[in-house]
Amino acid sequence: MSEQVLLALSGVHKSYGATRALRGVDLELHAGEVLALVGENGAGKSTLVKMLTGVVPMDEGAITLQGKPQRFANAQASQAAGILAVHQETVMFEELSVAENIFVGRHLMRGPFIDWASMNAQSQTVLENIGARFTATTLVKDLSLAERHLVEIARALSQQALVVILDEPTAALSQAEIRDFYGIVRKLRDQGVGIIFITHKFDEIFAVADRYLVLRDGAAVGSGRIADATEQELVRLMAGREIDQIYPHIDSVPGAEVMAVKNLSHPTEFNNIHFNLRRGEILGFYGLVGAGRSEAMLAIMGLNPQASGDITVMGQKLNATRPGDAIAAGIAYVPEERQRQGGILSFSVQDNISLAGLSRFANGPWLSALKESELCKRMTERLRIKTASPHTLLSGLSGGNQQKVVIAKWLGLDPKIVILDEPTKGIDVGAKQAVYHLIADMVKEGLSVILVSSELPEVMNLAHRVIVMRHGLQVAEFAREGVHAETIVAAASGLDGSGEHAHAAAPSIATPHLAGAAA
Amino acid sequence: MKAWNTWERVLLALLMLLLVVFGSTQTGFMSVDTLADSTFNFSEKGLLALAIALLIVCGEIDLSIAAILALCSLAMGYTMRAGLGPWAIGLAALATGVVAGAVNGVLVTRYKLPSIVVTIGTLSLYRGLALVALGDQSISGYPEVFSTLGNAYLGEVIGVKWLVVPIEFVLLCVAAVGVGLVLHRTTLGRRIYAIGANPVAARFSGIEADRYRFALFVFAGLMAAVAAILLTGRIGSTRPNIAMGWELDAITMVILGGVAIEGGRGSIVGTMLAVLLLGLFTFGMGMANVTGIVMSMVIGVLLIVSMVLPKMLKNRGAHA
Amino acid sequence: MKSLLHIRREWLLLAIIAVIALAVGARAPVFLTLRNGMDIANDSAILAILVMGQMVVLLTRGIDLSVASNLALTGMVCALIGKAFPGVSIVVLIALAVAVGALLGSINGWLITGFNLPPIVVTLGTLSAYRGAIFVASKGAWISDQDIHDSIKGLPREVWLGLPALVWFAIVVLVASSVFLKLRKEGREIYALGGNPHAATYVGIPMQRRLRLVYTLSGALAGLAGLLWVGRYSIAYTELAAGFELTVVAACVIGGVSIGGGVGTVLGAGLGVLFIGVVNGALPVIQVSPFWQQAISGAVILISVAVNARSERRAGRQILERQGAAA
Repeated sequence: MSEQVLLALSGVHKSYGATRALRGVDLELHAGEVLALVGENGAGKSTLVKMLTGVVPMDEGAITLQGKPQRFANAQASQAAGILAVHQETVMFEELSVAENIFVGRHLMRGPFIDWASMNAQSQTVLENIGARFTATTLVKDLSLAERHLVEIARALSQQALVVILDEPTAALSQAEIRDFYGIVRKLRDQGVGIIFITHKFDEIFAVADRYLVLRDGAAVGSGRIADATEQELVRLMAGREIDQIYPHIDSVPGAEVMAVKNLSHPTEFNNIHFNLRRGEILGFYGLVGAGRSEAMLAIMGLNPQASGDITVMGQKLNATRPGDAIAAGIAYVPEERQRQGGILSFSVQDNISLAGLSRFANGPWLSALKESELCKRMTERLRIKTASPHTLLSGLSGGNQQKVVIAKWLGLDPKIVILDEPTKGIDVGAKQAVYHLIADMVKEGLSVILVSSELPEVMNLAHRVIVMRHGLQVAEFAREGVHAETIVAAASGLDGSGEHAHAAAPSIATPHLAGAAA
Repeated sequence: MKAWNTWERVLLALLMLLLVVFGSTQTGFMSVDTLADSTFNFSEKGLLALAIALLIVCGEIDLSIAAILALCSLAMGYTMRAGLGPWAIGLAALATGVVAGAVNGVLVTRYKLPSIVVTIGTLSLYRGLALVALGDQSISGYPEVFSTLGNAYLGEVIGVKWLVVPIEFVLLCVAAVGVGLVLHRTTLGRRIYAIGANPVAARFSGIEADRYRFALFVFAGLMAAVAAILLTGRIGSTRPNIAMGWELDAITMVILGGVAIEGGRGSIVGTMLAVLLLGLFTFGMGMANVTGIVMSMVIGVLLIVSMVLPKMLKNRGAHA
Repeated sequence: MKSLLHIRREWLLLAIIAVIALAVGARAPVFLTLRNGMDIANDSAILAILVMGQMVVLLTRGIDLSVASNLALTGMVCALIGKAFPGVSIVVLIALAVAVGALLGSINGWLITGFNLPPIVVTLGTLSAYRGAIFVASKGAWISDQDIHDSIKGLPREVWLGLPALVWFAIVVLVASSVFLKLRKEGREIYALGGNPHAATYVGIPMQRRLRLVYTLSGALAGLAGLLWVGRYSIAYTELAAGFELTVVAACVIGGVSIGGGVGTVLGAGLGVLFIGVVNGALPVIQVSPFWQQAISGAVILISVAVNARSERRAGRQILERQGAAA
């Protein structure tokens, strides 16, 4: 690692309306170093990345690369300067080959024509360099997620990037793939590339990074060398205030059983999910991205037609083949992607809130403005939704308020069971707190909540019990008292060596391949 | 969703302008009789436009609707030749329309195919079947009642002398009111908007999108059937090229009426104003002896201008 | 692995065409003669030229419904010029046809990119507008055989190196399209654009410029086709080729070009043209009324879209680890 500062940010500010996403952040990255950028959801990490990649402009601040000040007008400018980002959702052209994806936008030419031979050859070299096991002529749509990440890295290498930003790159990878990935990161670093590694996972920070920078509430609150840091220190920096200031105290005691799920399975997505849910209980579902939690919840909700299983709600068997069945049984599902799945941006707040239960807030087949506005008023007050008027379009609200509207839509139906899928994803810390208090209120009123989340602190501080899923299987269940964060994380990433063996069902006709999954 | 907004105001203003222009340049244009007669030309198209409006709001499209009309007319012809009475003839048309629409519906919902390609296919298929059945022949000699439906005035039929409104136009207005109420005032209508605006979120909210889509395709077939009964009655015969190209006219009316092609937005009031606008425009041009082709050209230009203008005004506003 | 499936689809189409040809040939051996093959190729040449233009537009998730009107308008313009200037050379006329067609196409491109309008509606509008312009230009009069310039009439009747001129034009256009889409940066960027528009802007592909390019290309080829059409049928009038745009889109769809963009090959589209040509040629031979052509076209579109959709559809996510995956 050289002493020269490769990339420096100073005094970066960014606000979105009234929300301050970044407050005077300073960052230093050296060549040949891995800097871990750490922080909770809403701390400002993705805003920072957007600034560096030229997608969003800064309000104030300076970026210097190799000593030269930079002003990125757009994404191409930042790429041309040598900054490349590898995101969770890969930016790929599925119908094109790996080589073409690596060279897209800067095809090698021979005279007036594209030089496929050189492009394929050069791509192949880079791929071998990072240990990829597929050829340059493979179509991207035939690659797994891990392999696509490798293509993005190959693209960065091929463009001789100075700075590579890795945004939660191992979120959906298997253990073996993660180990390979660390190797590639080290190789990149040894070649003098400066790497910003964004991650949630502590084991990763300590495995790969040289230095760290912690963001909290949009500000840089701590940095230093990994060698000198401890996990507790990082957690303290990330959380900031005392734990019981963010998270409300959940003092409700779970009552009678409201839902029992047995043998919930799907041909490719998950197998033998089984659990009970009690009245007034918060059941956490923890796991890495891609573990199959959302897919399992969709199945309960009747949105996953190929799934099967035994579900009983309040003693009645539920055979949910359509969402309407689950809704009638009293289940509500607040989906992960609020803009794509949760709410309709071009509809007003009021129209969004009444959407799931339109028949209940109407007069027979006729819409009732009276009932709908009464519902809207009631929910806006209860959830403290900040909106200029009930007729404001959903697109005009902040992320946190949009999420509240989506939740309001479901609460308006007086459900018994509410499934929340990553409810605090991409919303600021203030809104997160509001959601936590809302969850506490819900269970106090006797609702049951299933909280699907990848944020460990969330799950540990709110849930009565935590179920861990990994690669489509249910691998562990913990009660809140006395469990350590590391235990849960280990179960989720398979480091504890248990998991598949302990909880995999005896090989059945439907899933014969599981028999071979033993390490 | 609101039925009356800025765009509808613009359309109304344009309609007034049109009446003024044609009223002053074409003698006899503004007489009640002439205006009433003008509606014959666009009443059937208006029915098609209503159905297409619903489909486009829902995020789909139906290019085969005029071809379905042709098939329904063909069914009427066969039924008549088989010696059956007017009720059977009418029923044959309705049944054909429902089946043809259902085919579209099944292909789009069960097989998950994009409606634009499906309806291009069924457009060719249905029109082709009509061609195969009739070649360059035609069927005529329909019972008197159909001619009455297509050509008579309401006043004649119910014995009120001064009511010179054509039955066709009355039916169009009734249909427009019905469809308008459904789209703007019922839960069904709200759900149609939701499906068009964000089908994923609609499904997650418990809306059975496929059922609604299927129903709307069947409804389009039904409207085509009603239009077929009226049109066949009006012109008195069935030819394979009946209503040729009417799907484009209907879509033009809907887009001009302010329905967004991407779905989730639009109003029936706007659609009807556009139907009146284009219909009267065509009629007025006809009075001025402008040929059909030139009219199509002007309509094509109008369509583009009607989309460009709002964008230009929005840009101007942003800078001001 | 999946690329095998792609090639297989085109082989499948070729096989179907061969089966039809053989079946018809069994009934009427004259169908399998070289002469008949040439006729089919000649009849399909103009469609092939139009299909190449439509294909690049479809690749970008767009559609160009104005091609038939463009064709007719440009054809009429060339016919009028030919009538007014008897001394004009065929080369000038070809250049004129391409230029006028390109201009008409570029208007589409300008409207779509300049005002962010949906291609289907814009080209619906220009479909009517251009069609009406023919009437205005010709004052409704037909230009019939005796008034069509000799070199325009003569061009489709030429035979070079054993192949009819029209077939040569089609070959040149097919080869040029193939080279453009495989070996030119612009061509590759068109695939990327249609496949993932969001990512395309991210990597710096000039979206607006490429979109304008494809509509101009579609127009230029329609213009060329217009000149050839007028020459072939020795007539120019307002309703020329009315409705032909749907045949063009049909050939693309049958050939595996996706309406959703990003997918399609010259080979596939060419086979789509061949399919329609063979079916059209077969009908009179087996004494089926030509009126069946449209119905068959429609049915085939439906079948090929259904087949394409089946193979493109993704199953749910594969989360459960496959057997033998490294632990």
